[in-house]
Amino acid sequence: MRYLCLIYLDENELGAMPEKEMDELNARHLRYNEELLASGHFVEAEALQPAAAATCVRMRSGKAALTDGPYAETKEMVAGFYVIEARDLNEAIQLASRLPSAPLGTVEVRPCRDLEVEGVAYKASRKSRGRTFES
Amino acid sequence: MASAAQAPDIAAVVDSVYRTESRRVLATLIRQLGDFDVAEEALHEAFVAAVEQWPVDGVPDHPRAWLITTGRFKAIDRLRRRSKHEVALDEEGLERIEAIADPSLPGEDEGLEDDRLRLVFTCCHPALAPEAQVALTLREVCGLATEEIARAHLVPAPTVAQRIVRAKAKIRDARIPYEVPGRGELDERLESVLRVIYLVFNEGYLASSGEALTRHDLSTEAIRLAKLLVELLPEPEAVGLLGLMMLHESRRAARVSPQGDLVLLEDQDRSKWDHAQIADAVRLVEAALASRRFGPYTIQAAIAAVHAQAPDAGSTDWAQIVGLYDVLADLQPSPVVELNRAVAVAMRDGPQAGLVLVDAILGRGELGDYPLAHAARADLCRRLGRAGEARASYARALELTTQAPQRRFLERRLAEL
Repeated sequence: MRYLCLIYLDENELGAMPEKEMDELNARHLRYNEELLASGHFVEAEALQPAAAATCVRMRSGKAALTDGPYAETKEMVAGFYVIEARDLNEAIQLASRLPSAPLGTVEVRPCRDLEVEGVAYKASRKSRGRTFES
Repeated sequence: MASAAQAPDIAAVVDSVYRTESRRVLATLIRQLGDFDVAEEALHEAFVAAVEQWPVDGVPDHPRAWLITTGRFKAIDRLRRRSKHEVALDEEGLERIEAIADPSLPGEDEGLEDDRLRLVFTCCHPALAPEAQVALTLREVCGLATEEIARAHLVPAPTVAQRIVRAKAKIRDARIPYEVPGRGELDERLESVLRVIYLVFNEGYLASSGEALTRHDLSTEAIRLAKLLVELLPEPEAVGLLGLMMLHESRRAARVSPQGDLVLLEDQDRSKWDHAQIADAVRLVEAALASRRFGPYTIQAAIAAVHAQAPDAGSTDWAQIVGLYDVLADLQPSPVVELNRAVAVAMRDGPQAGLVLVDAILGRGELGDYPLAHAARADLCRRLGRAGEARASYARALELTTQAPQRRFLERRLAEL
């Protein structure tokens, strides 16, 4: 089963991190990615630019309303994410807890679900094996 | 055919079997069928079948095994009968369930023991909300009805029902596995289980507000649950927690006056203590301490044991208690532990020494809203003859206390000044 791991970090703390420490953190993440790939748990992962680089898009009455910044005003922001394949929640928690960023912030582990169209299940992610939607 | 005279006997037998075996049967059915609700339905149908068939065929030699097999077959029937439009038939899953072979000999029972342990750890999974862990455990492991759980927590029954429904949904949707954690995760996960058990016990021991000072049933349930846990998994902290709860319980009769008023430990009639229970508890605590793998519950139990073994309040070994608080403060540093230690220091070294420590805590801005901190300070000031300060602290404690017996106690102390 696939789980999304959202990595929440305090942006101020992240911004104040010395470059050398940041490099080490990134290197640890890349090494962890290799581990996950080798063990077959890796589906996808991305590091994100800070929330200041984000744009919020809302379509209302056919018009795009754009605003600068993240959707939620909280201290911790999404800094990156992983999609992992795990046997069950306990395994997902184990994998998430070993993420190099985990000691610095919070990792939200959320199960992914298949989308259902007329009673048939489809996986949204193309990276997973399984039924894909063809019109 | 069974005569009409035998029918009530069978009903009594089924009743007795329900009381002693239903939780174990449920735990195994959950494992075999992979779903709480399906298992509960199966359990119900198995007992209905027992009531119908045992008068005819006689009570089986191994009722638990019979109920498990019957429940499983009923579940298979039910799953097959469901309309294909309602839910996609999980053929693979069904075949797996149908292939389960029951142990032919009663000795092959060990799987059944682990099932109750699996159930406890699943219900107390930290991914579930804490109130949900408590409700689910009381319902599935202890077999309490939703209404009973609701009444005990002074919470509406639909709220409890909702918590349980959500917890089961989370177990299903997030795929929380039905298993006993491996050695690596055991300590952490056990902490969660022990927390739930102690929460249940404390709900029973001290109502959070209102008149009644004790709610007997939940405390008894918590002790029963801890005994089961210790039987299945004799980890030192589980043993320590059981000892701690038994020691609290042993003072039940002496803790409340006939008028429903609070009786302090130092004023309790120790002849009313359950000394047999104390002896049992002390043995458990000593075993837990001997393991050298003990934790906070064990130390708290050791402190309670020192109190329990003193023939009167004056003989209490306060030096040992302070020493134990030093260990506890190390294991589980918290302002409340510090406060309790300060009270013990006051007993060992005099009120002035204790007051210095209490003021240090309050001075740091901690426990300002904790009534017992102010009550402790008031008591120390009273003993030092500083009546004005004592009055102020009692008043502050009263502002923060909602429970009637505690309020009466504080008001009495205030009046005595």
